[in-house]
Amino acid sequence: MLEVKNVTYTVEDEGGTTEILKNVSLTLEDGKFYVITGPNGGGKSSLAKIIMGIYPVTSGSIIFNGKDITTSDVTERARMGIGFAFQQPPRFKGITVGELLYLSAGESGRGRGCNFLFDVGLCPKSYVDREVNGNLSGGELKRIEIATLMNRKLDIAIFDEPEAGIDLWSFSKLTETFRRMHERSKTTIVIISHQERILEMADEIILVADGQVQKKGNKDIILPGIYRDCNYTKNCLERIETIDR
Amino acid sequence: MIDSIEKKILEEIAGLHEIPQGAFSLRKDGESAKVSSTANIEIKPKKDKPGIDVIVKPGTKGESVHVPVVITATGIDDMVYNTFDIGENADVVIVAGCGIHNPGEKKSQHDGIHNFIVRKGARLRYVEKHYGEGKGTGERILNPVTDLIIEEGAYVEMEMVQIRGVDSTKRNTQAKVYKDAHLVITERLLTHGKQFAESNVVVELLGENSTTQLLSRTVAQDNSRQIFYPRVIGKNKCRGHVECDSIIMGDAVVRSIPEIAAHHEDAQLVHEAAIGKIAGEQIIKLMTLGLSASEAEETILQGFLK
Repeated sequence: MLEVKNVTYTVEDEGGTTEILKNVSLTLEDGKFYVITGPNGGGKSSLAKIIMGIYPVTSGSIIFNGKDITTSDVTERARMGIGFAFQQPPRFKGITVGELLYLSAGESGRGRGCNFLFDVGLCPKSYVDREVNGNLSGGELKRIEIATLMNRKLDIAIFDEPEAGIDLWSFSKLTETFRRMHERSKTTIVIISHQERILEMADEIILVADGQVQKKGNKDIILPGIYRDCNYTKNCLERIETIDR
Repeated sequence: MIDSIEKKILEEIAGLHEIPQGAFSLRKDGESAKVSSTANIEIKPKKDKPGIDVIVKPGTKGESVHVPVVITATGIDDMVYNTFDIGENADVVIVAGCGIHNPGEKKSQHDGIHNFIVRKGARLRYVEKHYGEGKGTGERILNPVTDLIIEEGAYVEMEMVQIRGVDSTKRNTQAKVYKDAHLVITERLLTHGKQFAESNVVVELLGENSTTQLLSRTVAQDNSRQIFYPRVIGKNKCRGHVECDSIIMGDAVVRSIPEIAAHHEDAQLVHEAAIGKIAGEQIIKLMTLGLSASEAEETILQGFLK
């Protein structure tokens, strides 16, 4: 179980400081499937990176399986069983897909990783010896990133907008893979997403906006409200467009 | 018999655990220590100056030649002239390399002057590794000069590697590439401390449909300095590509000056150069896989220089 307690995250900018997360508290229970959603710039990715230790908290604490990990760095958290798939993964000259899979889970994980490559729509034979460099498209890189994370044995796996840059055909395979992962493992899955199909797969939805957790709860309770708000926004935009014409 | 220092150096520069069978020349502390030829590859000492002639018979396939140089003493100043004549339609591998173990205060230096004639239709893979070690304060210096003539339809692939331990190096490489011939040079180099490395490469594409690819990947750490000056001159219908890619760390200095010159309207030449530090996001990414920051950095550098 992971608890985020009263976490604030501020960054320095030209005009002083900006509060990205404002006194956020939430609990992620073992084995559940969470989707974090909300408008752009609301603090979703920052919250995920705070959990992974990529960003430091300004105040507050993070408790993981009863241990205070607030000051633990990324490596320590990764070794404890927290994983993170980047929205825009970096490229590596000279490091192959196979080597990245090996780094993620050791020698035994290389074969398993190939299965995950297949699951995200990549032919393992064609990819294991390819370098994770500029010759890969953004979509290919993204799918390799997801396979790399799935390859790890984790307590919490966080995916930052996994659907971004993925084509429709691969997206179907991807959602199916998430579904299987949830069914077959005890890993807590946290996905940052705006995609209806991913939202519908969640046990719980966490709505983050304006640096705060606005709503958190069962998807059947939370989602209708979110859809209503989205329709409201859509209707407003349509009305503005009509007035403009 | 080889001693433990020689053994370690041979392993570093040539991947050898013992004196190999086949064509072989070992030079130690400025003198020829062992030479052995095969039916297809003759190695004979030069008569007028230090060095060897390596003559590969036409049509020789799948054989390799090892020509390592080992320096184990301080104060050695060795200059050697080697000529490699690769016969028509041969296909061979030459593993060269020099390792210096300098235990004392004086500098130890090896300057190898290599001339290659790669004849019609031949294929050559040349691997040259430079390595330095030893607790002495004396400098370890390596200044190789490589001249290549690549005849019609021949193919040459050169891999030149220097990973740690060499205080100063100045490499000069020149090649003339004739009709339908192809030359690939890959240079990988890491400098640290106060080391200095300079590489000057000039490739002349003289024949129709000649091609070349020059790739250098380097890492400069601490206060080390590197200068790269690869030049491709197209004098016929030809293609050339130059790519210099460097990672800079600490207070190092890297100068990268790729140059292309076309003397023919059908010469297609491209160059690119990049110098930058290791991206923080690369380190963070590997840390999310459980590597420490220093392990992540080492993994990135090893991959880059692979």
